[in-house]
Amino acid sequence: MAEEKTFNILDPFSSVDLGIADSADGIKQWAISNREVIQPIKSVLNDLIVGIDKGLNAVPPLVMLALLVLIAWQAAGRRTAILVGLCMFGLGFLSPHAWGLAMTTLAIVVSAVILCFFIGLPLGVLAGKNDTFDKSIRPVLDTMQTIPAFVYLVPVVMLVGIGNVSGVIVTIIFALPPLVRLTSLGIRGVNPSVVEAARAFGANPRQILFKVEIPLATPTILAGVNQTIMLSLSMVVIASMISVKGLGNEVLRAMGRLDAGKAIVGGLGIVILAIVLDRITQGMGQSGRDRGHRHWWQGGPVGLVLRLAGKNP
Amino acid sequence: MNQNTDEAVIRCEGVWKIFGKRSKEALEAINKNELTKEEVRDRFDCVVGVRDASFEVARGEIFCIMGLSGSGKSTLIRHINRLIEPTAGAIYIEGQNINELSQKDLRALRAEKIGMVFQNMALMPHRTVLENVAFSQEVRGHDVKERTANAMRAIEAVDLQGWESKYPDELSGGMQQRVGLARAIAADPAILLMDEPFSALDPLIRRQLQDQFMALSAEMHKTTLFITHDLDEAIRIGDRIAIMKDGVLVQIGTPEEIVMNPADEYVADFVAGISKLELVSAGKIMEPLDAYTQRRGPVDVENWPEAQPEHSLNDLVDLSIATQHPIVVKVDGKPKGIITKNALLRGIKGEADDSGQAA
Repeated sequence: MAEEKTFNILDPFSSVDLGIADSADGIKQWAISNREVIQPIKSVLNDLIVGIDKGLNAVPPLVMLALLVLIAWQAAGRRTAILVGLCMFGLGFLSPHAWGLAMTTLAIVVSAVILCFFIGLPLGVLAGKNDTFDKSIRPVLDTMQTIPAFVYLVPVVMLVGIGNVSGVIVTIIFALPPLVRLTSLGIRGVNPSVVEAARAFGANPRQILFKVEIPLATPTILAGVNQTIMLSLSMVVIASMISVKGLGNEVLRAMGRLDAGKAIVGGLGIVILAIVLDRITQGMGQSGRDRGHRHWWQGGPVGLVLRLAGKNP
Repeated sequence: MNQNTDEAVIRCEGVWKIFGKRSKEALEAINKNELTKEEVRDRFDCVVGVRDASFEVARGEIFCIMGLSGSGKSTLIRHINRLIEPTAGAIYIEGQNINELSQKDLRALRAEKIGMVFQNMALMPHRTVLENVAFSQEVRGHDVKERTANAMRAIEAVDLQGWESKYPDELSGGMQQRVGLARAIAADPAILLMDEPFSALDPLIRRQLQDQFMALSAEMHKTTLFITHDLDEAIRIGDRIAIMKDGVLVQIGTPEEIVMNPADEYVADFVAGISKLELVSAGKIMEPLDAYTQRRGPVDVENWPEAQPEHSLNDLVDLSIATQHPIVVKVDGKPKGIITKNALLRGIKGEADDSGQAA
């Protein structure tokens, strides 16, 4: 309670100071003093990110491009494969460095999405099954999605230090919510009479989850994964402020130098990556049967190879 | 455990189900002072699903529960495999009180002893017909070869061979329900629970499936609890029928008993439109020979058409068309009773004949 101002009943806010900002600053101190605890986790995460980054960059660009086209063909069909091929060629020709930077960004996004998947899926399933948990996690998810990234950027850096790991952590904070929400929605959307039938035939809760609920919720869950990927890409520039390399860093540096041309190169690179990842994951969301074949291995390049080997009817 | 064949396979004793948070309180209040459905709803915010239901189903018997929607029949059938827990009362399967079973034993019972068919099929859309049919054995951990063989046998029993690798949405409604039936019988359970299995189908397909089910049932002799809202179906299929209204089993009896002696107005309304031709037998409507001769004097039955007491009215109509004479009912070659054309017509209308009422 500040004494220097007189209390005014019509404007109580300006005369009362609860000191929230100061006590919240304590979080920073706490973060600094607890840095040691986080180190083992940090090194594991760092190894994961560096491993993926090295792997992606070790593959020659054209081989990588061909691989992505094959994946797109398998997951989403021939038209998407052509689109992905054209997009990746465009990305490569943006600038001589663009390909390598894009692979680094891809590594960050892939790591963040993998971690989101392992965190978000269980949370989403839990939220789908338990109303109380769903209600209590909802404000947390709202906060994660709407709070400006700059607010948690500093505490995360204090706790983890600058670099890829904190980049992935801030990305997860922003990109996790849609996966949790859509997984919960998917689980809730499963036809209750099918679940009842599974119960009537003696399935235990685990079997119901893995044999009925998750398979039936898969399209919705994959829509969540798709959204998580998109949000991860949108965090790339902000993450580069805490020294994450890649396309985002290009944009940030270009901004510092008011270099619009360079910014466009980085920005377009991010957009192209987004289009490619979006189309591939959207394709996964549709079942193969929507595209006229029964099993995933009957279509795409795998189907072609099997047909040539004479193993497919 | 299965030695005693006289023992009821399914036995329900005073089963109550009240939905709502205050169900226990509501039940106590009902036991103390007879509350109606509406009073329970208003005072306790509870819905009475099943009201003191007791019945037994013998081995191999088909027991139909007939009631309109909201009468609690689907709630009642879900007590038999404990998909719903009763508020009070006990359910015995082959002498075992299933409310005392652990979750693990309960799952074993559901997978191995009880097969269930649902009104809305409830097939798993992401699994092929074969995988759907083999589901109960899959969750029990049986090996692929064995469960595939059993599932194929069930699929053949419902004439769906050739469709086993299709997905449910590639099948017509009638075929989907045959898959549902195959799934229920695949593990060779002792008990079949049929929750309005044919209600969602169009009349022609329904008839076909009823015939197929009855043929299968005659072959397999499974103890069956069959839910329907269609009295014709209940009469066609059931050995015995229970009529359910507002959660209460109003009357339990053979189709003939229900049609000829309805317990109350409600049942009477129901059976009013039912054709008696196949249900009522000659023995029920005949006038004893003595009574007839007293009334009409001695008669010469030499040229009269003959029937047995168990012949249906339908048979009697055929006999009666060919002649002017009344029909004589004979047991072991001796005339026992007479059915005049008037008595036959009254029988078809469902009215007991005059002499029968007098006696």
